[in-house]
Amino acid sequence: MTFFSDILARFYRTLIVKDRWLLLLRGLRVTLIIAAVSLVIGVALGVIVAVVKVAHSQKPKSAALKILNAVCSVYINVIRGTPMVVQLMIMYFVVFASSSNGVAVAILAFGINSGAYVAEIMRAGILAVDRGQTEAGRSLGLSSFQTMKEIVLPQAIKNILPALCNEFITLLKETSVAGYIAVEDLTKAGDMIRYSTYDAFVPLVVVALIYLVMVLGLTKIVGIFERRLARSDNR
Amino acid sequence: MNSEHSSPMIEVRGLHKSFGNNHVLRGIDEKIAHGEKVVVIGPSGSGKSTFLRCLNLLETPSEGQIFVEGEEITSPKCSVDAVRRKMGMVFQHFNLFPHLTIRRNITLAPTKLGLMGMDEANEKAEKLLARVGLSDKADAYPGSLSGGQKQRIAIVRSLAMNPDVMLFDEPTSALDPEMVGEVLDVMRELAADGMTMVVVTHEMGFAREVGTRVLFMDGGIVLEQNEPHAFFANPTQPRTIEFLSKVL
Repeated sequence: MTFFSDILARFYRTLIVKDRWLLLLRGLRVTLIIAAVSLVIGVALGVIVAVVKVAHSQKPKSAALKILNAVCSVYINVIRGTPMVVQLMIMYFVVFASSSNGVAVAILAFGINSGAYVAEIMRAGILAVDRGQTEAGRSLGLSSFQTMKEIVLPQAIKNILPALCNEFITLLKETSVAGYIAVEDLTKAGDMIRYSTYDAFVPLVVVALIYLVMVLGLTKIVGIFERRLARSDNR
Repeated sequence: MNSEHSSPMIEVRGLHKSFGNNHVLRGIDEKIAHGEKVVVIGPSGSGKSTFLRCLNLLETPSEGQIFVEGEEITSPKCSVDAVRRKMGMVFQHFNLFPHLTIRRNITLAPTKLGLMGMDEANEKAEKLLARVGLSDKADAYPGSLSGGQKQRIAIVRSLAMNPDVMLFDEPTSALDPEMVGEVLDVMRELAADGMTMVVVTHEMGFAREVGTRVLFMDGGIVLEQNEPHAFFANPTQPRTIEFLSKVL
């Protein structure tokens, strides 16, 4: 009984006094902004890279595609081969050393990082569309571009959407290292409260719970998506 | 429709196709005249589907030349897309576009390629659907159709492009037996209208009734060919006789 009231008291002291919970709210807002905008950048980059890779596999002899494909491969390998935190710090301390806008740099870094993973999601989604669809489109005289745009991509999106949602969930959690470049995201906000109250338990557990609730909510949405999309597959 | 053309509809010279080490087509020379209905039969692995798919360059020949209406389509200068607009292809597994309505399936290519405006395309789609008795399915999606209906729509979709030749890759092989007839009926009508057709099939009855020539392929070459009655009555090659004894 006293254990429970003790926790409540700590909770009150750490978060309610001096309105420290507002820090968490502000941090949450920063986390969500970074995650959302990075996803948009990641999707934009991912689509370009995926289309280049798929086009190259269809026309292996094209010199232009060979070069573009090589560039994309380097991009993907470097991003997947280095830790996110290191990429973030390189962006902030090396590439944009003159900038002081941590949030903007973070968005760029997470966006570029996400792009490499989204590219693979898109590529897998495109390749999962039955080859006969492309053959039918091309046999009617539609160009590769028209076939991709009108026939393949609309069907690929069905495959891609659930995986993309999962990527957003991953992104949401990854943004927690933004504090390394002094960005005040949710995790950093928790740290700041920890420093000023000397209480580690309350801020950390609350921050973890906030992430957990967000992820569980998104997972539920992904589930609804997947079931809706599977329904239209009933032939 | 048959006689006034100076060049054959399709001409194939020295066609070879290998997939890696698998030498599937080992030298094919054929001329297909306007209005002909060429039926290609043979055991599986003989290369008949590969041969058909080379005609509209769905497979790229390893060697040899293919001419469509006098134009060499295997030349790097040739615009493959333009050639394919003149050739319709019907697939074993229909390959209708599941995310589009039947109407849109039919009007997509003609409108996107600038051949017709939307109104004209819709009119044409309606006429074609009426021809195969599926007018009421115009706003349905492929997922709600039976196999036979899907294949008839697939044929109609190709016809919307006003092709000069229609290629059929085992059009009835994936259908339940009771639906085969409705598809063959459509093909029969098409043939009667004078369409040049190349059909890979196991339907010997169709070959006999509608074909102007039967090609028997085995081991990557055309082993024997003749007009249908003579072909089925008097096959000359041992392999042909063996094959026919098993399928007839």
